[in-house]
Amino acid sequence: MILSQASSPHAKGRMNVSQVMFTVSAATLPGLACLIWFFGWGYLFNVLTAIIFALITETLVMIIRKRPILFYLKDGSAFLTALLLGLALPPFAPWWIAAVGSVFSILFVKHLYGGLGNNPFNPAMAGYALLLISFPVQMTTAWGAPSVMPGHSLPGFFETLQMYLGFAEVVDGYTMATPLDVYKLNIAVQTQAELAMKSEFLAGWLPGWLWVSIAYAIGGVFLIWRGIITWHTPVAVLASLLIMSGLFSWDADIRVPVYLHMLGGATMIGAFFIATDPVSSATSNRGKLIYGAGIGVLTYVIRTFGNYPDAIAFAVLLMNFCAPLIDHYSRPKIYGHEKSVRGYKKEDKA
Amino acid sequence: MTAQTIKIWDFDGGVHPEENKHQSTGQPIAVANSPEFVVVPLNQHLGSPAKPIVKVGDKVKTGQVIAQADGFVSAPTHASITGIVTEIAEYQVPHASGLTSLCIKIENQGEDEWELLPALDLNSSDEALINRIKEAGLAGLGGAGFPTNIKYLTKDTIETLIINGAECEPYITADDMLMRERAKQVIDGTRIAQKILNAKEVLIGIEDNKPEAIAAIQKAVADSGEQTISVRVIPTKYPSGGEKQLIQILTGKQVPAGGLPSSLGIVCQNVGTVAAVAEAVLEGKPLVSRVVTLTGEALGTQCNLDVRLGTPISNLLQQVKVNQKKLDRLIMGGPMMGFTLPDANLPVIKTTNCILAPTKKELPPGNLFNACIRCGICEQVCPADLLPQQLYWYSKSKNWEQLELNSLSDCIECGACAYVCPSQIPLVQYYRFAKGEIRKEQAEHEKSDNARIRFEARQERLAQEAAEKEAKRKARAEAAAKAKAAKSGAEGSAKPEISDSVKEAIARAKAKKAVTDSASTSNAPALTKEQLEAKWQNAVAKAEKAEARLNDAKENDDPMAVALEKSLAKLKEKALLAKEQLDNFQEPPDKAEPAKVVLTKEQLEAKLKAAQAKLEKTQAKFVEANENNDPMAEALEKSLAKLREKVEAAKAQLDSFNESDSKETQS
Ligand code: SF4
Ligand code: SF4
Repeated sequence: MILSQASSPHAKGRMNVSQVMFTVSAATLPGLACLIWFFGWGYLFNVLTAIIFALITETLVMIIRKRPILFYLKDGSAFLTALLLGLALPPFAPWWIAAVGSVFSILFVKHLYGGLGNNPFNPAMAGYALLLISFPVQMTTAWGAPSVMPGHSLPGFFETLQMYLGFAEVVDGYTMATPLDVYKLNIAVQTQAELAMKSEFLAGWLPGWLWVSIAYAIGGVFLIWRGIITWHTPVAVLASLLIMSGLFSWDADIRVPVYLHMLGGATMIGAFFIATDPVSSATSNRGKLIYGAGIGVLTYVIRTFGNYPDAIAFAVLLMNFCAPLIDHYSRPKIYGHEKSVRGYKKEDKA
Repeated sequence: MTAQTIKIWDFDGGVHPEENKHQSTGQPIAVANSPEFVVVPLNQHLGSPAKPIVKVGDKVKTGQVIAQADGFVSAPTHASITGIVTEIAEYQVPHASGLTSLCIKIENQGEDEWELLPALDLNSSDEALINRIKEAGLAGLGGAGFPTNIKYLTKDTIETLIINGAECEPYITADDMLMRERAKQVIDGTRIAQKILNAKEVLIGIEDNKPEAIAAIQKAVADSGEQTISVRVIPTKYPSGGEKQLIQILTGKQVPAGGLPSSLGIVCQNVGTVAAVAEAVLEGKPLVSRVVTLTGEALGTQCNLDVRLGTPISNLLQQVKVNQKKLDRLIMGGPMMGFTLPDANLPVIKTTNCILAPTKKELPPGNLFNACIRCGICEQVCPADLLPQQLYWYSKSKNWEQLELNSLSDCIECGACAYVCPSQIPLVQYYRFAKGEIRKEQAEHEKSDNARIRFEARQERLAQEAAEKEAKRKARAEAAAKAKAAKSGAEGSAKPEISDSVKEAIARAKAKKAVTDSASTSNAPALTKEQLEAKWQNAVAKAEKAEARLNDAKENDDPMAVALEKSLAKLKEKALLAKEQLDNFQEPPDKAEPAKVVLTKEQLEAKLKAAQAKLEKTQAKFVEANENNDPMAEALEKSLAKLREKVEAAKAQLDSFNESDSKETQS
């Protein structure tokens, strides 16, 4: 009788990496559905293009690095990265935007840093930032006008596909800037009341984005319930953004108001899906609170004083820089110790 | 105690693995078939192994002492069946790192004759009770096998005795069944322990997934009429049965890192252990058997058996109809912390609470694992509030310093982190490896420290010897000179020769004194300030290291802790002494000249001779090599040249010495 030898624990929990990744992916589905419903098929195309290119890139890298391909494709991390990137791209951008961003994310941000688990930056957001800097026109003007806007209807599936693949010109009427952008640009010359009077604002895209935000929040709460993410990061992001905008943007005639900050853009997907990316964020619960708060504050600052329409990507990338430092100064108090060991100092040797 | 006043706390982290306990609670504890032979290891407890006192061929009765405790942290071993000692030899024993140990093999003779100790009772003196517990060979039956009597010898005042009936590991039901069936024994033992420790209250912690055990124990407590014992039902969560965790659940206190529960006025005992205490005290029965859970889907029957210690596990497997084809692993202990056994012939020992025989499907073996995705799920479950992920990265990169900073030593190896890790990384394996490496490194460090000290001592001694010789030489020269002067004086004054010899004697005496003087100056009191400082630093460093080790030992419930504590105290004393010496240090008024290493004539001569001999030998070799066209020839030639130089140098030295010697003699 040959007995196999193994190290404890012999029991294993139910969750493996692919389950984690695919659960997170699944949790974005309500958001994706809302996006498609309100802003058209472009989102689906973006997501699919990004995923296809990501998987191809991942496969090639695995061949070059001589690793078992299926084992790594199965972990779902490339899939999730591409999915998140696709969700963040404007729906009327041409297909190669998603393709370039996706290849960049996987090849440069993930694998050149050593592959899954070793990348200091959030691949999806790094890809997004690259696109925004390299192709500002496509990245800022290709946002969709929502289907619920009076007198507006979305292009059909094939029409969108034709535009997406470049066989047809994108009709101007289908696109518009994001609500955050519009508000920020126009509040200088118009008042809050005037802006709100615009029918496309009130009955138009605000409800569209509102529903998307709610859908993402539901997905996020599901992840917390499943124990895949903890509440710390999202709560810290949202709370700090709320406080910042409440403190400095209380006058909606001057600055973008609180509700738009919270519900008008990428805030929810950022708080629940982007900032919680495990690899590039802080690790301890306390660290996650600091990390999330940093993202919230930076998001507000960049949105208010920067030139970019949305700021989640940059805020996340900036905080990625700080994550190792945060980790060093936010170690939890260990059982039986008087206080926690912070930084590199060797105190608490009780 | 009323329901309202009962408060329990929670510990951080923890997991809820599938319990898988119902399989083995279907039938009452049965008695295991009597084995043909038993192999009783002499190190079933922590601490030094017992010393055999029987020889091959001796007839022994059940309960008879066959090996005596050896040292303070040790326990005696008893024959677990009646029969004949057939072998005393090294056998492999169940141990996480596959140790062997001296074992006594006893062939069964059929009948079961007991040798009991006289029964005691609750009114016996503490001393007698503790002594009995030691005599009966009791060691913690819950886990590490710490000799029980030592826990009772604590000098701290104990307020609370905690009886651990949590049994949080999945699959294991030995304690559960014991509490159901032998509740009275558990409570009897508890009362004995309480009396010895003089504990004000006793808390019995049982996880809420054992309602029958809870009911039985509650009834036994009520029957005993003891008001200070209360049963605390705690939520099922792994690892609530870990000593530190249970203490936190029941008292809200955390055992200080590196400290013992007794420093909080708490002593923790496993239910199995207190039941054994009752048997030992009230019935005079030494520890020769225990309840073992046999479970896992590879077994035909899953149940609990009362097993004589030393019974080969294969016997038990046979009894419960193991399916050899389905059997993949044999685990001693549970699925979270148990270790795999290399083969089924190992004996049951005092700490064997469970033999788990899972099929591959039941507990799939770990295979390829993913990279860490830094998801932090591990951190959420760590009961010690560590950052398992960080520990993993640093173990992997062998960064011991960071591991220390992140308190790897506080890891209780509960496996909760590895259990939840979605990448299926065998985290605990990494921690064990790192802990082992660190321990090794420390040992090596110590060794090299010792070597350095030895080296320094040797250098000192050599210098001293050289100084002595020099002094002798001088004394001799002086004596000779005086003798000469005396002679020349004698020529003029015609003094008798006797006075000469007297003078010589005086000179000799003087010389001797000079020698001893010079020896004593280079001796102990003449340590320089640097030396003292080094000594002090050394002592402090040692004390620090010892402290660290002590902490480690305490955490791991290592019985060495007691010994270490003592040595730590000594080291601290030494460090203090050294400090004192250093503080009191004053430069000696006339600093002894550092002894020059001066070779005597004889030594020089010997050196010359040796060099010459070597030279000759090398020359011979060289010739030979040349003849055989050996490529070594060239190298030999070179060394020849060098040797020649050396011989020359030695000669020159000797010559100059002779000169100076003669000069000195002349003056
Ligand atoms: S659970 Fe595993 S994968 Fe996740 S952070 Fe911990 S070690 Fe890494
Ligand atoms: S094995 Fe160690 S690091 Fe992992 S959960 Fe248990 S105590 Fe924490």
